[in-house]
Amino acid sequence: MDLPILAIVVNIMTTRDVTETLDVRGKNCPMPVIETKQAADRLEVGDVLEVLATDPGSVNDLGGWAEATPGVELLDQDDDGDVYRHYVRKVAE
Amino acid sequence: MSADGAGPSDDDARETPDAGGPSRAELAARVAELEARLETVESTDEGPRKMSIIATKGTLDMAYPPLILASTAAAFGYDVTVFATFWALDVLHVERSAKLRLSAVGNPNLPLPNALAVLPGVDRLATRMMERRIADNDTATVEELLGTAIDVGVEFQACQMTMDLLGYEEDDLYEGVTAGVGAATAIRDMADADIQLLV
Repeated sequence: MDLPILAIVVNIMTTRDVTETLDVRGKNCPMPVIETKQAADRLEVGDVLEVLATDPGSVNDLGGWAEATPGVELLDQDDDGDVYRHYVRKVAE
Repeated sequence: MSADGAGPSDDDARETPDAGGPSRAELAARVAELEARLETVESTDEGPRKMSIIATKGTLDMAYPPLILASTAAAFGYDVTVFATFWALDVLHVERSAKLRLSAVGNPNLPLPNALAVLPGVDRLATRMMERRIADNDTATVEELLGTAIDVGVEFQACQMTMDLLGYEEDDLYEGVTAGVGAATAIRDMADADIQLLV
């Protein structure tokens, strides 16, 4: 019965359970996507990568990349007005 | 009970085909053969997607699109080849890639009439402006993008005919660039590719 709530809690926990942070602040297209891909290649299955970016295009670009790329899952994206934070989990090799 | 008469006779027709038609064993063999072919087709489909770019331009602005698209496609898991011909060879040329220029002539987006754009030094000025913008905007340089693209597995090919035409040697090009290829290689790449671009 509590499963949906449990799933939300688990999702929030894993979103913030960051294994590695990639800082691409100041870098522009195409570097945020390419460096995210390179960092994702180094991750183990289950790891969560946090990407810090200042490029506003990174929101759509990283979302599109994660959707089209097998083995990764975009958990969350947010921004505080200056920095965009993206959370990517590796789900398969 | 009287309705039963039609049922069994239909079943019989399905189980024992006409003497002239294929036997069950033949049909089973045919199904097995088709399943094997389907498996081959499906396994071929699972290979990486491919992108083939034919790059022809060597101005500072036009060096960017092939490099950006190639490296991004590689990040998406594509096998990417960039076949560089004519002035695009300058992008792969160690000395010349650092000196790519913008042309002021025939560029209606520059705030300068063509009559002035032809004056000596104007191309250099336009190039400096562009280089400053690239630096101010933290956009990667051509050299950085090329290095990144090679790192992520993009294969750069230098057209042999235009290498000879422009007098470039393989040693003039960045390490990792494949020389000695021609139009036939480009055609084969394009035929195999899911995305083909001429830039």
